[in-house]
Amino acid sequence: MNILAIDTSNETLSIAILKNKNLVATITTNQSKNHSVTLMPQIANLLKQVNMSITEIDRFVVAKGPGSYTGLRIGVTTAKTFAYTLSKELVGVSSLAVLAAPINEVNTVIIPIFDARRDNVFAGAYLRENNQLKNVIVDQHIPLEKLLEKLSDYKRLFFVGVDSHKFAERIKIVLKDKEIQFSANELDYPQAYYLGIMGLAQEPVDIHSFVPKYLRLTQAESQWLEKNQESNDESLVEKI
Amino acid sequence: MGNGEKKRELILAFESSCDETSVAVIEDGNKILSNVVATQVKSHKRFGGVVPEVASRHHIEQVTLCLADAMEEAKVTYNDLSAVAVTYGPGLVGALLVGVASAKVVAYAHNLPLIPVNHMAGHIYAARFKSEIKFPAIALLVSGGHTELVYMARENSYQIIGETRDDAAGEAYDKIGRVLGLKYPAGKNIDEMAHEGADTFAFPRAMMKEENFDFSFSGLKSAFINTVHHAEQVNEKLNVNDLAASFQQSVVDVLVYKTERALNDFSVKQLILAGGVAANQGLRDGLDELIGKYSGIELLKAPLNLCGDNAAMIGAAGFVAWKNGESADLSLNADPSLEFEWI
Ligand SMILES: Nc1ncnc2c1ncn2[C@@H]1O[C@H](COP(=O)(O)OP(=O)(O)OP(=O)(O)O)[C@@H](O)[C@H]1O
Ligand SMILES: [Mg+2]
Repeated sequence: MNILAIDTSNETLSIAILKNKNLVATITTNQSKNHSVTLMPQIANLLKQVNMSITEIDRFVVAKGPGSYTGLRIGVTTAKTFAYTLSKELVGVSSLAVLAAPINEVNTVIIPIFDARRDNVFAGAYLRENNQLKNVIVDQHIPLEKLLEKLSDYKRLFFVGVDSHKFAERIKIVLKDKEIQFSANELDYPQAYYLGIMGLAQEPVDIHSFVPKYLRLTQAESQWLEKNQESNDESLVEKI
Repeated sequence: MGNGEKKRELILAFESSCDETSVAVIEDGNKILSNVVATQVKSHKRFGGVVPEVASRHHIEQVTLCLADAMEEAKVTYNDLSAVAVTYGPGLVGALLVGVASAKVVAYAHNLPLIPVNHMAGHIYAARFKSEIKFPAIALLVSGGHTELVYMARENSYQIIGETRDDAAGEAYDKIGRVLGLKYPAGKNIDEMAHEGADTFAFPRAMMKEENFDFSFSGLKSAFINTVHHAEQVNEKLNVNDLAASFQQSVVDVLVYKTERALNDFSVKQLILAGGVAANQGLRDGLDELIGKYSGIELLKAPLNLCGDNAAMIGAAGFVAWKNGESADLSLNADPSLEFEWI
């Protein structure tokens, strides 16, 4: 099976072409100022380099979130439209799991972190068991302090991601009696090859209903829900 | 194609600049094979106006569904298409990006040219479904975000000769609608109320004396709001239909007057009325009356059902751009503040 894996959930843009578990080609850049401008030319280039046509891709795998809302929408819209228009498969993988995937530590909780500003983070916790990643704390939007509370049950912790270093001091203070490690530079960035590998193992999803996992309501919606207890079942978007 | 049968040129068009996700298939620039519009109006009504992040999220829920329906209703395959057109501005950046990303993928996956379309050119080309556009022409574009007079010397050429200095006409309608406690978007509602009332308040007509083609509606809006607030303070009950009629008459008078000035300065064959506010009955009547004074100029009004945002109009404008050799590469980005050039 040929896979195209796309991660545009944060500043890093990473794409990879896989033949089953094997890497055909990949590119990861931190110089994509604007994923809207960069993503499609990079996909076209990568395919050209390896003499493949987009029609040879059997499955599109995309990092589905959390992350930057705009970045997620560019990646997800691109992947879902490819899958739909070429009648191919679509798989979404947690953007946090992508960061956890290359960490080869056992008996250690792996905590990928994205900064969500104002002392909040997007984070989850993962354990490597039988060479599989098991999610032990679901991906969520959470104040850093609350996350650290939840982690106090574990003894060995491995924080990963560029943003994890920003919080290093606070983490070390709060979790002072734990064994704590932080990812080294080369593991700080999402690599679409790992995304592709994880996407290979998952079941394809329904294309039309697939949307990013923002993990946060918009402010307008949460304020509206506070004032309007009644459920919000009626359809908000209508065909005219 | 044999038997002298001309190949039909099909444009697949995407529109997602604000709160409608729309995909259409247009034949030869003037025939609608499908025009699927998913509107988010109900969703944004909750907030009294369009919330950009909510709009972007709805677009991504809808975009492939609209694409599927548009292709199916048109009964065409990707092989039948000549090009893919997409609105790349102006509008909400997050909303635009969904249409742009999707259109780029379809164009690339099926080896089709990608045609970038200015949303406002799209509004003008809604009129193309009524009849052919004859150049030179002037368009009065009145919508939720824009109020402008556009000169079109020839096909695919758009130059602004005047625009609003502050609020767009549609925006003013929606804002005074809120003051009257009406649901968003209030334009249509106020239009209906206006027909039940009379112009009794004599609100100001802005910039009528100035030697330009520009508009201003914020003074009118303030005068309206002050009148309503003052009445509330002194416990006076105003006739809302008269308020609506007075507001509308002021808007229409200014629009018609500036259009008249433009028709006197530019020699044109057609006057085109387009944009969401082009659905306004008072404005349509006002321009009918104006055009009666000019024997050589035809008034072309966008069809009522195509005044609001839709991809059919983008397909019609895209067809013209495509015929004129325009195209974009895969790096096409959304341009939220895209504008026609000034004359
Ligand atoms: N009959 C009417 N009378 C007056 N205004 C109307 C009428 N029908 C719709 N409108 C107004 O039209 C506007 C919507 O038009 P449209 O969809 O073209 O705007 P938009 O797409 O939001 O803005 P833009 O096209 O400038 O980006 C709203 O402000 C609405 O109140
Ligand atoms: Mg519009």
